Formats: sequence, C-alpha cells, structure tokens
Amino acid sequence: MTSQPEELTLRGAFREGALEVLPIVAGIIPFGLVAGAAAVDAGIGIEGGMALSLLLFAGASQLAAIDLLARDAPLLIILLTVGVINLRMSMYSASLAPRLAHVPLFQRLVAAYFLVDQAYALTIMRVDADPSRPHRLAYYAGVALPLWVNWQLMTAIGAVVGSTIPDWLPLEATIPLVFLAMLVPAITDRATLAAAVVSGVVATLAADLPNNTGLLVGAFSGIIAGSLVALRTEPRLVTDDSEVER
Amino acid sequence: MTAAQLLAIVLAGVLTYAIRASFLVFAGRMTELPPTVMTVLRMIPSAALAALVLPGLLRPDAGAFDPINSIAAGGIAAVLTSLWKRNIGLSLAAGLVVVMVTRPFLG
Repeated sequence: MTSQPEELTLRGAFREGALEVLPIVAGIIPFGLVAGAAAVDAGIGIEGGMALSLLLFAGASQLAAIDLLARDAPLLIILLTVGVINLRMSMYSASLAPRLAHVPLFQRLVAAYFLVDQAYALTIMRVDADPSRPHRLAYYAGVALPLWVNWQLMTAIGAVVGSTIPDWLPLEATIPLVFLAMLVPAITDRATLAAAVVSGVVATLAADLPNNTGLLVGAFSGIIAGSLVALRTEPRLVTDDSEVER
Repeated sequence: MTAAQLLAIVLAGVLTYAIRASFLVFAGRMTELPPTVMTVLRMIPSAALAALVLPGLLRPDAGAFDPINSIAAGGIAAVLTSLWKRNIGLSLAAGLVVVMVTRPFLG
C-alpha cells in the first residue's frame, strides 16, 4: 500500500479489518447455519452445537466431530480427527508469532483463540504488504471479531431453524458440498493435488473401517504423498509463500 | 447431549486451542518453522478435506462403490462453481440445486 495521508489509529486499524472481512463473513453464513443444523440433526442439540462453536470455532472439525459424536465413536478417535483437521492452525500460529512478537503474552493468548483460516489470511496479507504498519493486533481483532460473532450467531440460528427445514431440501448433502467448496481452493499445486487424490482414494477404500478411522488413514496417506511430491519437485524451496485454505 | 459427549467437545476444544496457541506463546523466541515442517503442514487442508468428503460421495453409507448418485452429481456442480467463484455459499446453492434435480433419477 502507498503511505496513508494520516497516521493509522488503533480504532482505524480495527475498523479497516472489520470492513475488509465483511464479504468473507457473508460467504460463511451458510456454513455456520449448517454447523448448527447438523448438530441438532445428529442429536447433540443446540447446546452441543453451541459448545462446539464456542470451544472449537473451527467449522470443518466441528462437522467431523458432530458426525463422530452421532455414531458414538471413541473419545480418542474424535480427538485424533479434530487434531488432524486443525493441525494446519499450528502453521498459522508459527507464521504469526514473529509478526506479533511485540504484543504482550496475555493478548497473544487471547488472539490465539480467534486464529481461523480467514483471520490469518487477511492479517498476514496486510502485515507483509506493509511491514512498518502499526496496530497489527487491532487489525487482526477487527477481522477476527466479526468472524466469531457471525459464526456463533449462525450456529445458533441454524440449530433453531434446522428442524423446520422442509424435506425437499437435502440437508444431508450440505456437509459434503461445503467441504468440496473448501477443498477446491485448498488445492494450489501438484503437491496439494496429490495429497487430496491419495487421501480421498485411501479414505474411500478404507471407508468400512470402524469408527470412521478410514478418514485418519486417508488423511495421513495424503499428507505423506503430498509432502513427498513437494519435497521431490521443489527440494530447496522455502515454502513461506504457501497459500492458505480459504 | 450426554456428559461423555460434552467431555469430548471440551477436550477437542482444549486440543484445538493448544494447536492455535502453540507458537504464539513463544512469539519473541520463535522464528519460522523449518521448511520441511511447513511443507508437511501445507498438505493438511487438502488431505483432510478430501478424506472427509470423497468416501461419502463414492460409497454412500460406507457401502459398495456406487459413484453415480445425486450427492456426487451435486458435488461436481459445487466443484465447478468453486473453480469459477470462490464463494462457499454460491457453491453450496449450486450443489443443492443439482442434488434436488437429479435425486429422482439417480437416487
């Protein structure tokens, strides 16, 4: 960005983040509704759906957890599945950490709770475009808070209206469709394509393993395959320009 | 919701928070992750999402291989829409329409 006509204030940075995230917030509305409706559909109720949204605040892992909770999967399987799906956030944490090194520990710990794909993507884009930019945390908060409020609200609304959705609307199709809409932008090169193909094929072959462990077997196979492709095709590339899922 | 389910959700939440806080805790003393670790982490979104979605489309209810069904047809529509516009809501809508239209024929 070119230099601002006047100094960016704390409030200005927050407002900028909030404005820039609005189109993304709008796009996530149906996803949030599905997260609430699916919870009620699976029998864990609005309280289960809200507990997931408040404690996990991570859509893909919430839907996977709902599926496992509905079929009484063992605790270890639930934790492993949520862990695998959310492990990508350690990458965001590692990437943001040096950029928020000036922020006090307590504020960093609060910021960590809100660390979702979109908050990371926007903040890293802004900070790296202008490394001298002030009030990074305020910008991050401006992005993260609308995402959070929207997610909680949509989960609640989805949980309440989910049961009144008419039968002709195929609700059970919404979850795979949302995941596919997230999968396409996650495939950015040959390595991530290999990860998706191997993971999907192995998970399909292993689909009748108990407690949905086929998902874990598939995901690990895909991660290994994709990493091998990446390390072979770009052995010395420092992958700090990696795309984020969006 | 049972107590066991609540416990699972709480522990999953603690785990997710721990992942998010992992490096932010050490901000000052932390630099970038080794490139190899970044490469491995970079594979997670596509691998996890593919493993979540493909079995349900190709083997409904974990049964026999049966890729000709209305949800798979809707999935193709959602993928094509995602390639065109990166908007989850739009892809979901396109996919749902195709699922509803093809359901009488494909089941």
